[in-house]
Amino acid sequence: MAFSLPPLPYSTTALAGQGMCQETLELHHGKHHNAYVTALNGLVESKGLAGKSLETIVAEAGKAGADGLPVLNQAGQHWNHVLFWQVMSPKGGGDKLPAALAAKIDSDLGGLAAFKEAFKQAGITQFGSGWAWLIIGHDGKLKVTKTPNGANPLSTGEGQPILGVDVWEHAYYLDFRNVRPNYLDNFLTKLVDWDVVEGLLKSGGMKSGQGA
Amino acid sequence: MRLSSRRGLLLGAGASALVASRAFAQTAPAAGPFTLPPLPYAPEANEAAIDTRTMQIHHDLHHAAYVNNLNAALKDHGQIGGLPLGVLLTKLAELPDTIRAAVRNNGGGHANHSMFWEIMGGPGGTPSGELAEAITRDFGSFETLRTRLETAGNTQFGSGWAFVTVSPEGRLGIAQRPNQDTPLMEGGRVLLGNDVWEHAYYLRYQNRRAEYTRAWWNVVNWDAVAKRYAAAKAGTLGI
Repeated sequence: MAFSLPPLPYSTTALAGQGMCQETLELHHGKHHNAYVTALNGLVESKGLAGKSLETIVAEAGKAGADGLPVLNQAGQHWNHVLFWQVMSPKGGGDKLPAALAAKIDSDLGGLAAFKEAFKQAGITQFGSGWAWLIIGHDGKLKVTKTPNGANPLSTGEGQPILGVDVWEHAYYLDFRNVRPNYLDNFLTKLVDWDVVEGLLKSGGMKSGQGA
Repeated sequence: MRLSSRRGLLLGAGASALVASRAFAQTAPAAGPFTLPPLPYAPEANEAAIDTRTMQIHHDLHHAAYVNNLNAALKDHGQIGGLPLGVLLTKLAELPDTIRAAVRNNGGGHANHSMFWEIMGGPGGTPSGELAEAITRDFGSFETLRTRLETAGNTQFGSGWAFVTVSPEGRLGIAQRPNQDTPLMEGGRVLLGNDVWEHAYYLRYQNRRAEYTRAWWNVVNWDAVAKRYAAAKAGTLGI
């Protein structure tokens, strides 16, 4: 089995009215994400990845430290983008979270406003390329965190992401130029599909279904 | 760190960022030891590789943010802030934990971009004289140097820079660094360098970084690079 680029769950024009234009989605999915998939497939044989799930590959590459980076860069970015496309939607945004997710955010993170601020700060302060995350930690509590480049909370061993936002400049430069805070505001208020996030909370995280 | 929330408030939607930023750049307090150097040429000067809009955003907003954030980090650290930038960047390990990352990221960003503007604005072409001889000696040919620097830039995963380094004896080398790190942080010197953060090329080249790193040679100012080479050998190249 080879890794594959999953189709976007919406058209490339679907998010244009919500701050993510067609060109961004075409490039981000069709070029950037696709390049990670192609590069990862090119590493399967030389790095002995055959038979492993994407999640296992990411976790093992993370544990390997600097030696694992060539695999982590591609495998992590494949996993990260698979999640990213899922957590956005043309019907995303708004402050009406489904009940279980809202209650969990209230109890673990001090409410929706506090969560949004923490998530936004994580994205702003991830210097250079990387991601900001909402994860289920090993203690079962929600937590906000961030990782550089292609890493993620599976590779760092921090927990299971249920929401992630790409803060590589390619994710927002056409729509927001240098103003990353506005991209993050827009993501939280207009793009996040909270039903999907609650689904991932209930299932304990995303299973990509991808493997070598 | 790169984008303070203050900037986010001041700048409106992305589409109007440039206009708003101009106002910001003019009204920002020059509090602190470091200042944004003006571009040494018009923003149109690098059109053979870099579009005008990118030059404006890159200098007026990205570089300005590094300067402002560096000054903010040093605000309550007068003695440290009095150091020349090239010296400050060799003392990261000695800085207080509270400002080390900010000085590394923003001080590195200030040094890297100051060098970057200085060595562009030229007609490209080939180096000459003593510098050309050093390139042939250390790389075999100018074309080999070009290929090796492009490879260093193209393979820097995520944000970062590709550099040609120069020793006090005039020996040249290739280095790549993530984010805003620079060989200055290890006491080295940079002859020239290319920015491979996506903000450096995304508006014109999008995901095609290799096209950017190849076209970039079209705007290198070899006279400026030769001056840096002479300064490095004389021990007077600050950053």
